[in-house]
Amino acid sequence: MLTFTIRRLLLSIPTLLFISFIIFGLLQLAPGDPMAQVPLTVPPEVKQKMREALGLGQAWYVQYYKWLIQFFWIEPLVFIDWLTNSTSLFGWLPDTAFAEGKLRVISWQTRSPVMDIVVQRMPQTLWVVGLSYVVGIVIAIPIGIYSAYRHYSLFDQAGTFITMVGFSIPPFFTGPLLIVIFSVYFGWLPSIYDTTHVVNDWASFKVQIFQMIMPVMVLALQTTAQISRYMRGAMLDNLNQDYVRTARAKGLSESVVVMVHVLRNSMIPVVTVIALGMPAIFGGAIITENVFKVNGIGQLLLTALFANDLPMVMTLTFIFAILIVLFNLIADVLYGLLDPRIRYD
Amino acid sequence: MTDQATPAAEADLETYGALQDKEPQKPPRSQWIDVWEQFSKHKGAVFGGGFLLFITFIVIFGPYIWTLEATKLDIRNKNWRPVYQLLFDSEAKAGWAHPFGTDQLGRDIMSQMIAGGRVSMAVGWLAMALALVIGTAIGVVSGYFKRLDFWLMRFTDLVLSLPILPLVLLAVTLFRQPLNARFGPEGGMFILIVSVIGLTSWMQTARIVRGDILALKEREFILAARSIGTKPGKIIRRHLLPNVISPIMVSATLGLATAIITESALSFLGVGFPSDYPTWGKLLADAVQRMQEFPERVLLPGIAISLTVLSVNYLGDGLRDALDPRIRGR
Repeated sequence: MLTFTIRRLLLSIPTLLFISFIIFGLLQLAPGDPMAQVPLTVPPEVKQKMREALGLGQAWYVQYYKWLIQFFWIEPLVFIDWLTNSTSLFGWLPDTAFAEGKLRVISWQTRSPVMDIVVQRMPQTLWVVGLSYVVGIVIAIPIGIYSAYRHYSLFDQAGTFITMVGFSIPPFFTGPLLIVIFSVYFGWLPSIYDTTHVVNDWASFKVQIFQMIMPVMVLALQTTAQISRYMRGAMLDNLNQDYVRTARAKGLSESVVVMVHVLRNSMIPVVTVIALGMPAIFGGAIITENVFKVNGIGQLLLTALFANDLPMVMTLTFIFAILIVLFNLIADVLYGLLDPRIRYD
Repeated sequence: MTDQATPAAEADLETYGALQDKEPQKPPRSQWIDVWEQFSKHKGAVFGGGFLLFITFIVIFGPYIWTLEATKLDIRNKNWRPVYQLLFDSEAKAGWAHPFGTDQLGRDIMSQMIAGGRVSMAVGWLAMALALVIGTAIGVVSGYFKRLDFWLMRFTDLVLSLPILPLVLLAVTLFRQPLNARFGPEGGMFILIVSVIGLTSWMQTARIVRGDILALKEREFILAARSIGTKPGKIIRRHLLPNVISPIMVSATLGLATAIITESALSFLGVGFPSDYPTWGKLLADAVQRMQEFPERVLLPGIAISLTVLSVNYLGDGLRDALDPRIRGR
């Protein structure tokens, strides 16, 4: 198992390099000009100098190489510096200054390091996306178990229908729909997520909960629909197995048979599906963040795209790619760990 | 004729007793009749297929029946409410001249919905077809030719680990200009969106087809075909492709659903078609600004997208059951 993990980790390096190359190539082929916003009165030689200041004067392979160095070498150094300087966990170490004077990936919009902005935006995305994923799983698993256990019952049929609907309605429709119902007609919930809101007492905590309900539920609906389908399928596969009959014949109570024997075996594929779905939910969050005006990563990507901010777009897309590769790896390793029948070697 | 034969047959039955089959021999049935029977048992799938046909019919022939032009401005009659609004409020500005109302520029929403559906469905079908062609080609080639298998599957895995939505957003924003210059704003965008969606959604089809081809390749009928000197191209066309048609059809329905959703999502995020060119996603996105006053403008295109995707998904569910011979007998 360990050798498999190490092999997969090593294999993910060329994969990531290839992906970064594709993204970079797309951006290079694109005809968008970051100088397009500069007024026409600026003389061409000044424009040329501005271009070089942005690092655009060099050949594409030099630019690519520099981006790789900045992303894979200098940004981790900055992270180490931050760990030793301002965290309590590693603060006892002598303060380091590895990244001092080194050029980081700079955003063309704000002229500040891209990673700093990403770090600022990350908590909003993680809160909304992460919480919605947890909520979705918590709802989905009991639904899946019960509808498989009572196969073809009314609950099963209603559940299958609702998950199918949840599967089919896109988030850019459920979002506005919920806003129309709960913000416009009833006026219970705010339609815009206020990221500057600070939670410091019970009342502000309540406000925070209220503004999170809608974005979280929109994303959770998609998760619930997918995972409860998988859960139901896996439970159905396992309920007809011989070991279930054996367990019942031994005289075990029905709850032990279903909730311990069958559930544990059915969770194996579901856990991998949950792991595989993590990066997809980040992608889906682009739309939800746009609907509810959450200023997270997805919204950052959109604004950077519209502003032709290539370093930001490159870095963000690559972060999404890292998430996908990482969670694919986690899913594979988990599958091998949970199911002893799976042998990768 | 048959009346005369019956007594003789009954006499035979008595003589042979248990040796004879109780049931009369059924005439041989084609596979597709069985498939259709299983399919029509799945109510959701029949409804889904019916609704998909209905929507397709409306978007194709709708402009000839409801002849108001979708892009025609009529400022005097702007902001009409849909006709059902009259039920709650007899003062509302509504009427049968515009059953779904008009938008802030007086364009008729009903004809916009029809025109938008045309674009959305066309994008969906074409992108799905493109993805199917690529996916089937890669799947068949990598399943049949062992030498290419490793590299093609590595390539598929690589594409699968690309972040699709960000990349699609990227490609659409970045390549809009040159394509628009060459094919006009609508044509360029149409080509761009269809190809971008098609190029990023073929991977699942390729994997499924490859798996099936790998299993089929070892069967006796392929060996027989090869032993009489059939060329690989002929084996693929005559023997392998007809046998993988069912997984291809199932992934086609899934592909259609995702293509419609992706196109609407792109339009919703504002990177899709130009603003005077209606699609369902575009109508929805434009209406979100004023949904407090005119919620129906969000609801109508949203319901259209959701119902279409729902019916396609149900159709896929029914097809999967109907095409699977293990389930069909039950």
